[in-house]
Amino acid sequence: MSTVIRIQREDFDPQAEADALTKGRPDVGALTTFTGFCRHEEGALSALELEHYPGMAEKELQRIVDEARKRWPVQGITVLHRYGKIMPGERIVFVAVSGGHRGEAFAACEFIMDFLKTSAPFWKREHKVDGSQGEWVEAKDADDKALERWK
Amino acid sequence: MKAVYFAWVRERVGKPEEILTPPASVITVADLIAWLKGRGEEYAYAFENGHVIRVAIDQTHVKHDTPIADAREIAFFPPMTGG
Repeated sequence: MSTVIRIQREDFDPQAEADALTKGRPDVGALTTFTGFCRHEEGALSALELEHYPGMAEKELQRIVDEARKRWPVQGITVLHRYGKIMPGERIVFVAVSGGHRGEAFAACEFIMDFLKTSAPFWKREHKVDGSQGEWVEAKDADDKALERWK
Repeated sequence: MKAVYFAWVRERVGKPEEILTPPASVITVADLIAWLKGRGEEYAYAFENGHVIRVAIDQTHVKHDTPIADAREIAFFPPMTGG
């Protein structure tokens, strides 16, 4: 029932994080992982700048993990989110869930990502390849709609 | 109470945080936003579409009709775009 939540500037190693949830755990039958990357947006984007609300970001991720645990009997959960300047092709976010079976591991992983996108206090700003500072990324309706399936 | 601002709300207000002392007539989050809008053009700009601004009291999301009574820290920010 281990939970790992980290908000950090540095990159992370998805394989090492996944291994930490399964090593010496013969009770684990399923591990799902999600890794989110910075896209280049057809070559227009040179970087994303990620801002967060220190303190609340950790609390909110913990709240989302607690909610997932109420819904599914999963085992380990790891949620990592980076902040600062992130280049196209680099990792931004990572969620891993281990469990006895794939159903709950898949569901909890997707649930955590859906709520992370709409309620964890992070904001993205674009930097353009022409050197100009781009706009703050706007929240998407599709992300709000994604929550409806969990009601 | 301490107010903290993030992303474009912070940029428009022109500072990351400040101490606010609203009058006693300010009861709810919505009242506070209306009061802030009257503090200058940077606030009027930041809160021009006040209903889209998300608010957290002591690091927990709240709705605009929530009383601010015991708030130590109140945060204002745009809809979130992490992940």
